[in-house]
Amino acid sequence: MSAFRWAGIALSVALAAGVAAADEFERVTPVRHAATQKECGECHMAFQPALLPAESWSRIMTGLSDHFGEDASLPEALASEIRDYLVANAGRGDPTVLRISDQSWWQREHRFSPSVWRQKEVGSKANCDACHRHAGQGLYDDD
Amino acid sequence: MTRPALILALVASVAGAAAAAEPARDKLLESYRQEASRATPGFAGFSAARGEALYSGTHRGGNPATPSCTTCHTADPTATGKHQKTGRAIEPIAVSANPTRFTDPGEVEKHFARDCKNVLGRDCTAEEKGDFITFLSGR
Repeated sequence: MSAFRWAGIALSVALAAGVAAADEFERVTPVRHAATQKECGECHMAFQPALLPAESWSRIMTGLSDHFGEDASLPEALASEIRDYLVANAGRGDPTVLRISDQSWWQREHRFSPSVWRQKEVGSKANCDACHRHAGQGLYDDD
Repeated sequence: MTRPALILALVASVAGAAAAAEPARDKLLESYRQEASRATPGFAGFSAARGEALYSGTHRGGNPATPSCTTCHTADPTATGKHQKTGRAIEPIAVSANPTRFTDPGEVEKHFARDCKNVLGRDCTAEEKGDFITFLSGR
């Protein structure tokens, strides 16, 4: 088999993997844990557990006193209850990356001008529901 | 039940809920008062004026993005606030606009624990917490 053909196969496999990885995050199970919905949802959309791998959730939930530069501390028992839920229902991704918007699948899906994030109705990459109207229910396939 | 009786019953239950929120706030303030008295011999009680200065003032030592309570809660505590980073709406912090404020000790302590660090870079004292609640109870 020629090197050219091998490269073609490799490319197809890579593309297919990319598409599969993207689809995987277009419909995720909604948050079904009251404390997670309430505590995370006070400051930003309560992100569904499938959007990050277990290791990332675990580190986020043990580092709430510096939550991306902000103190988001919770009483220990509550933080650990939420961590258990997120970890048990976690998805895939790079375990060294804490931000959903820094995960490679997320970046592949959001390749557009930085000015989009500065629009008044968007304001932050955390506001999934500014564009994905049913993001709260875990539905992101409306783009 | 006749319609006027039903309306009266509804009004009474709403009034009851509003009135019932206050003992919880009074109890919380009393616990801060006891803590403040232990910390400061001769403590003379909470001050709405000091609470207002804390609320409206610009502080240093915390997260530079949130130098004041007003950064998120706005200069008018009866208004709906806005999270500085995510833009998430924050229910009014003034009791007149949001009667359940400062009635759940766990919620109150959770928010003081975070936001005193975010704004002041340190924990608030019991005196500051009492001043703050006293100011916002009158707003």
